[in-house]
Amino acid sequence: MENLNLVLPEIFLSLSIMFLLVLGVFKNDSSKITFNISLFVLLITAIITLNETFSIDRITLFNNSVVIDYMSSLMKIITLLGAFFVLVISSAYLKTFKIYKIEYPILILCSVLGMMVMISSNDLMVFYMGLELQSLALYVLATFNRDQLKSSEAGLKYFVLSALSSGLLLYGCSLIYGFSGSTNFDIISNQLNSNEYVLSFGIVFILVGLAFKISAVPFHMWAPDVYEGSPTSVTLFFTMVPKIAALTIFIRFLYVPFLNLIDQWQMIIIFLSIASMLFGAIAAIGQSNIKRLIAYSSIGHIGYTLAGLATGSNEGIQSSIVYISIYVVMNLALFSCLLMLKRNNQYYEDIEDLSGLSKNHPLLSLSLLVILFSLAGIPPLAGFFAKFYIFKAVIEQSMYFLAIVGLLSTVVAAFYYLRIIKIIYFDKEKEKYDEDHSLWLKFSLTFSTILILLYFIFPSQLIEVVSRINII
Amino acid sequence: MNFPILSSLILLPTIGALFLIFLKNEDGNSTTAKYVSLFASVVNFLISIYLWISFDQSISVFQFVEDRTWIEGFINYKVGVDGISILFIILTTFITPLCIISVNNSVKTRLRDFLIAILIMESFMIGVFCALDLVVFYLFFEAGLIPMFLIIGIWGGPKRVYSAFKFFLYTLLGSVLMLVAIISIYWISGTTDVTKLYELGIDAKYQNLLWLAFFSSFAVKTPMWPVHTWLPDAHVEAPTAGSVLLAAILLKMAGYGFIRFSLGLFPIASEIFTPLIYALSVIAIIVTSLIALMQEDMKKLIAYSSVAHMGFVTLGIFTIQQQGIEGSIIQMISHGLVSAALFLCVGVVYDRMHSRMISSYGGIVTIIPKYSILFMLFTLAALGLPGTSGFIGEFLILMGVFKDNFLVAVLASLGVILGAAYMLWLYKRVVFGKLINENLKSMIDLNKSEYFILACLAVPTLFFGFYPDPLINTIEVSVEDLINMYNSNIMIK
Repeated sequence: MENLNLVLPEIFLSLSIMFLLVLGVFKNDSSKITFNISLFVLLITAIITLNETFSIDRITLFNNSVVIDYMSSLMKIITLLGAFFVLVISSAYLKTFKIYKIEYPILILCSVLGMMVMISSNDLMVFYMGLELQSLALYVLATFNRDQLKSSEAGLKYFVLSALSSGLLLYGCSLIYGFSGSTNFDIISNQLNSNEYVLSFGIVFILVGLAFKISAVPFHMWAPDVYEGSPTSVTLFFTMVPKIAALTIFIRFLYVPFLNLIDQWQMIIIFLSIASMLFGAIAAIGQSNIKRLIAYSSIGHIGYTLAGLATGSNEGIQSSIVYISIYVVMNLALFSCLLMLKRNNQYYEDIEDLSGLSKNHPLLSLSLLVILFSLAGIPPLAGFFAKFYIFKAVIEQSMYFLAIVGLLSTVVAAFYYLRIIKIIYFDKEKEKYDEDHSLWLKFSLTFSTILILLYFIFPSQLIEVVSRINII
Repeated sequence: MNFPILSSLILLPTIGALFLIFLKNEDGNSTTAKYVSLFASVVNFLISIYLWISFDQSISVFQFVEDRTWIEGFINYKVGVDGISILFIILTTFITPLCIISVNNSVKTRLRDFLIAILIMESFMIGVFCALDLVVFYLFFEAGLIPMFLIIGIWGGPKRVYSAFKFFLYTLLGSVLMLVAIISIYWISGTTDVTKLYELGIDAKYQNLLWLAFFSSFAVKTPMWPVHTWLPDAHVEAPTAGSVLLAAILLKMAGYGFIRFSLGLFPIASEIFTPLIYALSVIAIIVTSLIALMQEDMKKLIAYSSVAHMGFVTLGIFTIQQQGIEGSIIQMISHGLVSAALFLCVGVVYDRMHSRMISSYGGIVTIIPKYSILFMLFTLAALGLPGTSGFIGEFLILMGVFKDNFLVAVLASLGVILGAAYMLWLYKRVVFGKLINENLKSMIDLNKSEYFILACLAVPTLFFGFYPDPLINTIEVSVEDLINMYNSNIMIK
């Protein structure tokens, strides 16, 4: 048990959650203090992770069921920072809807804990446990604005469909256990030589479950409804944080136990990737609600990350992680803008509400311009580099078809981003929006926009950080 | 390493734009905005002139090279100029201040934002012409779409949204294949550095596909028939300064790309695809000239004439003759001056009468004589009258083509006649004839700034028409070297 300090972040996080729950019981009107403590907890957990595990290359704990390696530490830190920013910019929104309650930060902490377990898992059981912990918290978060019909509907829909996918996933796990005799990733990978074809059934089931969690086409149906119905701050959480964890487990699942079966899963991933890129691009064109549009655009972006995974190379994995990191920053910026569209205590979510924004709010629309062009992947913004690394890895493996389809779908996707820019810049103006935003909201918007805008000056830093990831 | 003169050329307009962003956007301040941007662009012009003076014309290697690591072990930020690219840089820095002066009359709203867009555009365009790394080139090439999209979309005419989208999506679609090709080149050759690629050469078996991928991007941007349809729309809807930038500089990016990349990197494929280029160019020259004859909108007519002129350019480039390529470069420079002037001329009457229809004019020669004289000069330059820069370019191109292929040369010469027809007819209908429209009588002649801009464009048009030596001397050695390299590559094959 001498390595307990390696799971210190998780231990600290779970103790804090318990403490906050107790605090909520005994102290009246404690939502503000819970919020602030949770922010600290997230930061401190990130610092502990950085301190304790960042320098470690690979150690497995608890009978090889938990793995601490560079990728897990990095992804945990991104998750924690993502959650921190979500929490910090959502308080004004929650207050407007009178759902500024202690449960909100605690549920976010719970789901983050689940994700951290997921990220570190080296065993199907541990993986499933983490997955369920985060999902259960997410169901509740989706319905958090329970007085609104749409929010409840979103939560219920998410719960039913997610439970179904968890079922498929468990079935896959049991198949794999049945044919390899273990749930541990390392042992499974040693047992692979026999019964390959039956094992691939298990892989397919698990991939379906995972594809559902990251909303890859054709398992994306829940995403637009849930994204639209949930409170905006929760949608922000959905689009950013769970995807990081799910991507990590996707990488680990494909590349640790099943690397030798790459012939069998590669086609599946390529299909998921192409379908997501194309469908995300085409379906977003007709949307009128920004959150729905973001849902489809996030489906498209997941397609690009999957393209990196499909390569079966270290470069591919690294490019996927770069992509998701840049995507998280872009999403944070986009939602910060969305949370600023407030007038008379009401938030506006339709694309038409952005009409003529540039006349009254030049700086906000300038940041939106940068963010949207970056999402569309136009150089010299960060989004271009994200796509560039992906296609660099894809073309290295001579997967030209995937690269060309991916790039063509960026052109289609550019259309709907341009449509928003058109509405912001070319159309008639509407009433002014409020300008008294919280400092944190302004900060996170400025910070992320500047990161996107100036990424091209120091592009190698992020690559350097990621290049230590070495799964294969 | 000396003073990074090229980087400062690229950065200076952007710094000017940054100043403007922090300027308070009030109506009273738009003059300040104008002076700031004018200052930045004029200084840039002076720097580029200094660049030309200190440029060594007797060697063909890249000069003023800056080479910095940008993405570790992958891409270097590498810029430099040779005889081919330096003229385009000067053209860019020359046209931009004129655009900025011209906004007085045409842009009514959000002047400051417009100037920011133009300055950032200038940075990207200069970047395109001096990039010596494929990825850096692509970055600048694509980034130019953003300001141009906004220029057309915010300050354009009634159908601006459609035109802006068409412009953006067309060019983006063309370019994505080039990105695939660039990354493939990296994996094939291990570098995207243009000078290293010139030395290494690219394996012949990949060249055809790579050439086609680059072609898809350049053909849209040039634009070549049949993917030229975005250009008339974009030109017609863009504000005058936008049209000028588009015609004078943006279209030249592709011509430059053909010379630098298609010929330089893929000689074997270029040899194979020359008939394709010839065919498309000849079709472009004849068909778009005929289309131009039928236009009733002045801007559209000039836009189609641009397509025809760029047809000559592509024709000249792929002759792989000294005269042909030199002619193409001079034709591009000349077209940059002349088409800019023609769009400004249209802008002058549009600002006064708010109509671009040819039919609403006629007989204005007695009302605005100064304008009519300058307009005539540029009309004649556009149709290639000896003594104007348009003649030198067209003549050299046709000479190059005659050496290579007689039939193509004859067909292309037909385009010269058609060019004369539509330009002279345009001039006749607008300037001469009976004064039917009574409103025209209230038109005032060129004001000072308009006069200044058009005079600025007229001087080099005439000067290089009589004495093209400064241009030819600058490009000669580089073109010679390019052709030698091309031929030796073909020989090896």
